Amino acid sequence: MPILEYLWIIPLLPLLGSAINGLFGAKWSKAVVNSVALGSTGVSFLCAVEAVREFLAGGSQPFRKEFFDWIVAGNFRAGFDLQLDQLTVVMLLVVTGVGFLIHIYSTGYMAHEGGYYRFFSYLNLFMFFMLILVLAANYVLLFVGWEGVGLCSYLLIGFYFLKQSAADAGKKAFIVNRIGDFGFMLGMFLLFRSFGSLDFQTVFSKAATWQPDAMGQFGTMTIACILLFVGATGKSAQLPLYVWLPDAMEGPTPVSALIHAATMVTAGVYVVARSHVLFSHAPTAMYIVAIVGCATAFFAATIGLVQSDIKKVLAYSTVSQLGYMFLACGVGAFGAGIFHLMTHAFFKALLFLSAGSVIHAMGGEQDMWHMGGLSKKIKVTYWCMLFGTIAIAGFPPFAAFFSKDSILFAAYNSESGGKVLYGVGLLAAVLTSFYMFRLIRLTFYGEKRYDEHHVHVHESPSSMTGPLIILSILSLTGGWFALPALFGGKDYFAEFLSPVFGAAEAGGGEAAQSLERILSIVAVVAATAGLLVAWRMYAKNVKRGTSEGVHKLLYNKYYMDELYAAAIVRPLMWLSRNVLWKVVDAGMIDGTVNGVADAAAAVGDTVRHTQSGNTRSYAVWVVIGAIVVLGIVFWPILHPALFGGVR
Amino acid sequence: MVPTNYYLILSAILFGLGVLAFVFKRNVITIFMAIELMLNAVNLAFVAFSRAMGKSDGEVFVLFVIIVAAAEAAVGLGIIILTARNRRSLNVERVDLLKL
Repeated sequence: MPILEYLWIIPLLPLLGSAINGLFGAKWSKAVVNSVALGSTGVSFLCAVEAVREFLAGGSQPFRKEFFDWIVAGNFRAGFDLQLDQLTVVMLLVVTGVGFLIHIYSTGYMAHEGGYYRFFSYLNLFMFFMLILVLAANYVLLFVGWEGVGLCSYLLIGFYFLKQSAADAGKKAFIVNRIGDFGFMLGMFLLFRSFGSLDFQTVFSKAATWQPDAMGQFGTMTIACILLFVGATGKSAQLPLYVWLPDAMEGPTPVSALIHAATMVTAGVYVVARSHVLFSHAPTAMYIVAIVGCATAFFAATIGLVQSDIKKVLAYSTVSQLGYMFLACGVGAFGAGIFHLMTHAFFKALLFLSAGSVIHAMGGEQDMWHMGGLSKKIKVTYWCMLFGTIAIAGFPPFAAFFSKDSILFAAYNSESGGKVLYGVGLLAAVLTSFYMFRLIRLTFYGEKRYDEHHVHVHESPSSMTGPLIILSILSLTGGWFALPALFGGKDYFAEFLSPVFGAAEAGGGEAAQSLERILSIVAVVAATAGLLVAWRMYAKNVKRGTSEGVHKLLYNKYYMDELYAAAIVRPLMWLSRNVLWKVVDAGMIDGTVNGVADAAAAVGDTVRHTQSGNTRSYAVWVVIGAIVVLGIVFWPILHPALFGGVR
Repeated sequence: MVPTNYYLILSAILFGLGVLAFVFKRNVITIFMAIELMLNAVNLAFVAFSRAMGKSDGEVFVLFVIIVAAAEAAVGLGIIILTARNRRSLNVERVDLLKL
């Protein structure tokens, strides 16, 4: 049976798993819940692999199938159409593969938590929506997945819903994403108005025939792209809508790994890459994407330098790395952006899961200043975390070396302001290396800063370390597609994606080769510098210092949350409370409703006195009524008789 | 032969008397009798018309009215007896619980 013809099976399986666990899981043992959750995602992964195999065997043309009509209105049609091309292949394998590993990990991590079945039901539901998102062949279906993953993100951030901060963080994520989604929807409307369709094929083929907007010109295409990018900044946590992602760390760690690092937050990058035809017609929008990406990469990295919560460091690191991906897309290197997306999915999932393993070992402690000296006690976790750290810092031959390198190279070569983008990107790379090795140093080296009588440090079960090891291997090897490029060969990843993004940038020429090699060396030197500074600054007996000056500013995240609270949240609250609630709701709406009711009551109070209970008064009413009726009936006769109608 | 007008005038007078008694009397029995008087005033009109027209429709109506009046008498008198027992009075002014 060719699975390609039944592509809907891949998203359907997690949906079934979610429904089964959600409806019946409460009464089942953990083993049954596990087998449903892991079974559905595992089979879904295998189906995805088989579908990809069939797709690749069938040539490089995108596979596309319309399963059924969903919305048909006039000329507009949005169907349940799925498609598979090289870009989808990468996303599909990352989502199902990493998702499956994180499912396995979760069985160990969540073993002692309440709401076990609920967790897996949500997690499977997330897989369903994410797969819809990457497989969709039109913007409308993509938007279904887009909103669905947002919902699952909300549900999972607020998984410990009895904790006020978790519930608040969930709400924050949802509301901030709404702002982005608003832009996304406006973008879709504009695309529909311009192209009469929201189908990828139609839109892109029509868009390709348009005259590209000039730089600095805000034509339809540019506006549409900027609006789509607003959606992407919300989902992918870019400036200025990144604020929800650090708070999202309130969710269980596997959720942070799967949703808030590896897959969902990269959906924005995916949408930009998917719409590359539009973006390449809108240089102004591209430039905005590049600048926002670059600024976010640097900005988030600086905050990550001083955080003390192990997950917060990784959260800001994620924001920063997503910035890199947008930087790549913004300078036109969509392939490099997707490459970094993939390697990032591996090493960031690895880092988060390792951090989860550390937290598990420490019995729930997340503050790095209460750790230290763990490298001897939890060896497997330590090595995995170290692998992830080396990978993200960009040392060869680990994954991010290749992907980050190709991004920085593309930025360096871009026409407008490329050198500045490159410089800031490189600086962010130094910072990345610094904060990651600071994390390693504080967590695994130095003196114990916890009370051994209270904390019983123990290695995690094999269900947790297994996925860690697999992800470590992926973090090491994930970048090797581009390995030959370094020695004058081909970049296999870029070549693989070339049917989607067009021919890879002309990388040939001896000058470009040597330039790329020089830039690689510079990047490694930068990473080493970050490593050395971190290692020296957080020497053996370092104590948590007092927060002053720049450190204080960074530690408080540039007071962005306070700024948002003062500029947006509080005025909105004031408006809601004093105007919308007290004037509009209590005054006008309640006033109208109560007024109608009061009027009815007043009329009734007057009229009810006719109901005296006295039989004779009723008799009088009956007689009066009869006389009135008779008068009306006989009026034509009475009128001339009484008033002298006889002439 | 007595003209139809005479019957109709008599019927109207009887009906008017019934209405007046219905409205102004206090005794339940009297009110009940007033209702019967109105019914029979109408019956008289029916019969008069029937004869004037030379058709028997009106007489059939009268039979129906008499039957209904008999049924009404059965129910009405039953209610009157019960109220009289409960209230120890036949005065309708004292039966006024049916209000807010």
